[in-house]
Amino acid sequence: MTTVDDAAAGPKRRLTRRQRTRIIRLVQYAVFVAVLAVVAFTADWHTVQQGFFRPDVARSMFPGVLVPALLNTLAFTLGAFVFGLVLGTVLALMRLSEVRAYRWVATGYIELFRGLPVLVVLFLVGYGIPNAFPDREIPGGVYGQMALGLGMTAAAYMAETIRAGILAVPKGQLEAARTLGMPYGRAMVSIVIPQAFRIVIPPMTNQIITLTKDTSLAYVLGVTAANVEITKFSSDVLNARVNATPLIVAALVYLVITLPLSQVVRRMELRAARAR
Amino acid sequence: MSDAVVIEDLHKSFGPLEVLTGIDLTVTSGEVVCVIGPSGSGKSTLLRCVNLLESPTRGRIHTLGVEITDPDCELDALRRRIGMVFQQFNLFGHLTVLDNLTIAQRRVLRRTRAEAERIARENLDRVGLGDKAGAYPAHLSGGQQQRVAIARSLSMGPELMLFDEPTSALDPELVGDVLTVMRDLATEGMTMLVVTHEMAFARDVADRVVFMDGGVIVEQGAPAAVLGDPTEERTRTFLRRVLDPTHLSDAELD
Repeated sequence: MTTVDDAAAGPKRRLTRRQRTRIIRLVQYAVFVAVLAVVAFTADWHTVQQGFFRPDVARSMFPGVLVPALLNTLAFTLGAFVFGLVLGTVLALMRLSEVRAYRWVATGYIELFRGLPVLVVLFLVGYGIPNAFPDREIPGGVYGQMALGLGMTAAAYMAETIRAGILAVPKGQLEAARTLGMPYGRAMVSIVIPQAFRIVIPPMTNQIITLTKDTSLAYVLGVTAANVEITKFSSDVLNARVNATPLIVAALVYLVITLPLSQVVRRMELRAARAR
Repeated sequence: MSDAVVIEDLHKSFGPLEVLTGIDLTVTSGEVVCVIGPSGSGKSTLLRCVNLLESPTRGRIHTLGVEITDPDCELDALRRRIGMVFQQFNLFGHLTVLDNLTIAQRRVLRRTRAEAERIARENLDRVGLGDKAGAYPAHLSGGQQQRVAIARSLSMGPELMLFDEPTSALDPELVGDVLTVMRDLATEGMTMLVVTHEMAFARDVADRVVFMDGGVIVEQGAPAAVLGDPTEERTRTFLRRVLDPTHLSDAELD
């Protein structure tokens, strides 16, 4: 085959397909190595190390950056996610409701909270609500306020995702459930919503990761040493030591949260795929 | 013998489209009635009105002695007594076969898990799938899925079974499994209303065949009469197209 092609190509000898592939591959590796080499030899590693990777500064951050900072970040994230998921599901069902007033309220809420910066919402939760209801308190202190503030915004996004998930469940599923005598609500809870949640696992992962990073806004609420989270903890160290190493440590600690999370979700997706 | 389904002057429109224009039909208890007819003739809509998956525009339907078209009837309670099998199976994809059969028993009939599972396994055996209890629907063939769907309906102990083109989505070699289960069911005395394109099933199993076209019942009677010696020209044309599809005259091509 190749020889026929070569003969057809004329007297000039051309490279075979495999030779061409090999040369292209070599060029790609060469470019990659060259870029690495340029960065490695031209960067001022000493200054970089002094500015961003000082072991003594990094060491001084432990165990504080894990306990309580990492734990608090996790607590804020979890609280906001659970609150957002519950409210988001309710909003999604309201948007799909036959009651027009529910649809209006849900649409209004979603449009409003998708448009508001999280910072503003947190500020309203932290200072607006206490002013409006001076003799009441949001339960859970900063944890409750964070769950509410981040969760209200997250709910707006989640509601749209969950609504799309519910609509993606074939209509026949609801019909089959109804013909078995299930009332509408029971059919939604037992049949439609579980399948909708399986569909929305990937976008929900993004939502959790976004929430994880949004917890850094907790400083708005005026946190104490006991409920400080990763970013606030690190920037305090940064200010005290006048060195950027804490930022690198903080970044790594965030990865400690998000990388295993991706793994867990991948496993959940595999499990859901088995049932598909 | 009492009547399982009594349909009087049934009309159904989707917007400006009139699908059913005056249907009167009675199915007595223990009877197997097959509804045949060209696509778009309203067969499925008729069937879906019997358990109120579609709301009639006009007319009355009594199902199992209850007027299902009465807005105040206990619809969910009535539907528990009516099984339905869909063209697309509609098994619950997130549940195992066993859970597909037990969920409504437990949530609706309030049976205990043990009792629900016992009844589920009985019905799986009945459709020849006793070994598939732990499988997910996606891992079954279409024919197996449809038999699970039948077993799911039977687990509720229905007094009437509705079949909406149960074999139309199946590969040809799997049709027989499903039809055999349906024939056994008919032999046991189940009241069945079946929308189908399987003329052999209609001929062999049905007590009565109903031919529909254009939203009305054109002709009905014993299978031998309707399928073997139809009186209406429309029935003859339809049967020729179905039974001998390779010998249509040029004039008959759409």
